[in-house]
Amino acid sequence: MSAPLLHVDQVGKRFGGFVALDSVNLDVAEGERVGLIGPNGSGKSTLVNCICGTLRNETGDVIFAGQNINTLNTHERTHRGLARSFQLPRPFMSLSVAENIRVPLLYTVNARGGHHLHGSELDDRCVELLKLVALDKKANKLPRDLTQVEMRKLELARAVAAEPKLLIADESMAGLSHSEVEDIVALLIRLNQRGITIIMIEHIMSAVMTFSQRLVVLVSGKKIADGKPDEVIKDQEVVGAYLGQ
Amino acid sequence: MRTPLFIICEVVVATVLYLLFRHYGNDYFFFAGYTVLQFVVMATAWNILGGYCGYVNFGSAGFFAIGAYSSVFFYTVGQNVQDMDPGFLTSVLHVIFPIPVPILIVFGGAFAGLVGLGTGYLTLRLRGVFFAIATLALAVVIETLIVNWEYVGGSRGAYIIPPNTVPVFGPYIQYLFVLMLVMVIVGLTAARLIERSRLGYGFATIRDDELAAEASGVPTLKLKLIATVLSGALMGMAGSTFPFYLGFTEPGSVFDLSYAVNSIAMPMIGGTTSWVGPLIGAILLGTMQQVATVTISSVANLLIVGLMLIGFVIVAPNGIVGLWQDWIAKRSKS
Ligand SMILES: Nc1ncnc2c1ncn2[C@@H]1O[C@H](COP(=O)(O)OP(=O)(O)OP(=O)(O)O)[C@@H](O)[C@H]1O
Ligand SMILES: [Mg+2]
Repeated sequence: MSAPLLHVDQVGKRFGGFVALDSVNLDVAEGERVGLIGPNGSGKSTLVNCICGTLRNETGDVIFAGQNINTLNTHERTHRGLARSFQLPRPFMSLSVAENIRVPLLYTVNARGGHHLHGSELDDRCVELLKLVALDKKANKLPRDLTQVEMRKLELARAVAAEPKLLIADESMAGLSHSEVEDIVALLIRLNQRGITIIMIEHIMSAVMTFSQRLVVLVSGKKIADGKPDEVIKDQEVVGAYLGQ
Repeated sequence: MRTPLFIICEVVVATVLYLLFRHYGNDYFFFAGYTVLQFVVMATAWNILGGYCGYVNFGSAGFFAIGAYSSVFFYTVGQNVQDMDPGFLTSVLHVIFPIPVPILIVFGGAFAGLVGLGTGYLTLRLRGVFFAIATLALAVVIETLIVNWEYVGGSRGAYIIPPNTVPVFGPYIQYLFVLMLVMVIVGLTAARLIERSRLGYGFATIRDDELAAEASGVPTLKLKLIATVLSGALMGMAGSTFPFYLGFTEPGSVFDLSYAVNSIAMPMIGGTTSWVGPLIGAILLGTMQQVATVTISSVANLLIVGLMLIGFVIVAPNGIVGLWQDWIAKRSKS
């Protein structure tokens, strides 16, 4: 097996005296679809924050595409191909829906030095990305005119717009209807087939099981299981962690 | 509107304004007009950091003072050159000094921009109110340094004696007025360019949500530094002609509370999201203050500004431009 795209090595993070992440190891291979689950407060979002640089891990290393990115700022990690959606949507409130998408195009895609998008190309790409999440009709609206569900979709589209190698979707589906969940799962699988490696954090188990090729379970900041989804959910410790909740 | 066309419009408006003043006005008009224009530059400058990026700067007077005292400094050096013994060096210096005012404007802008860069490095990791306090402290530090710097007059102040007239322009104040008009054009053009560019989007994301901005690839610290430098440089430029305007420069007048208050109040009242806001706010408040100075007293100025600021913050937080946009939106709906 070649080197993993993402290698999380003994990453630890404390908030005051509280241990949020306790020496977590995680490898994600290129092209993989990984589900990350765990009870509320188990440290999933904290792990995402450490991988993406929103928070700094106190111990351990984050290796991405063969390079240690521990000391890089978030935007540098995004430029290198890491993108994430926030669990609680954080749209740019003063920008329209389409302009929200434009930001990663201008600052990440165009910063990579490949083909430079400008003019109508930019507009077209924004519409294209909004169509993925069925928000194209709302392109000129402000985020405050969106529903909570639409904001989640915008959050996901903005992360996808950065054309990442690794996309981390932090609970993009909370509050969505059954058919919407299916749409988003289908979208994530399609993106994966286009070559994007994806880590999906989710509480909706049907979505997790449809999506994941591998399942990782975090409990109280520790990784307690990592393997084939149908085996992991039968694991005694995992069942215990969820029942004990 | 494309930028070249926009600049042409600005130049036309500025020329018409100048000719009207020349034709109908007197020197008092130019004195008052200069002050209003100076506020347009200050408000526009403040808005680049405060309005576009959301970083409130209470230290405008500090940047303004750097511009002013950079001019005082070079003027004083020029005076000393005149008294030097003749020699090769002196004859070279005689070619350089006195430095023409337009170049002093560039110097003032450069120094203030540099200080902006330094301050940015030290303070831009601070959020919200802490940044605001740091800028306030910066102004105090600069004031202390200048009060103790004897070469530029220290606490006593320094005299600059401008010539009475200038070729082409006539009275010196008219010359300063035109220079300030040019700075207004530079400031407004820069602000409008930023708004419509990638930089403008970047600034807006910083104002809205820095974590999300970083996650979208926006180098927030770099952009904030750019904003501080641009904003500081414009304020320094506005300050650099001040010593020639008053003839006498002292820390008390340069660090007047009114600079800090006005450069915040004018964009807030006009509207902070576009270049039009600071322009409208500065013309409105600046003119009102000029009228109040003549009709009531100069003490009334800050009171008026303060009351208006409170009123707007409560009733129309997006300023006059915001009110206008709401009105348009309502009309198009009905
Ligand atoms: N900035 C912070 N400061 C202090 N404590 C924090 C901070 N962020 C997270 N925590 C704590 O760390 C723990 C892990 O939080 P985290 O958000 O990573 O959990 P999670 O697994 O994403 O949970 P959920 O499923 O609810 O999203 C929680 O107990 C939380 O209260
Ligand atoms: Mg979470």
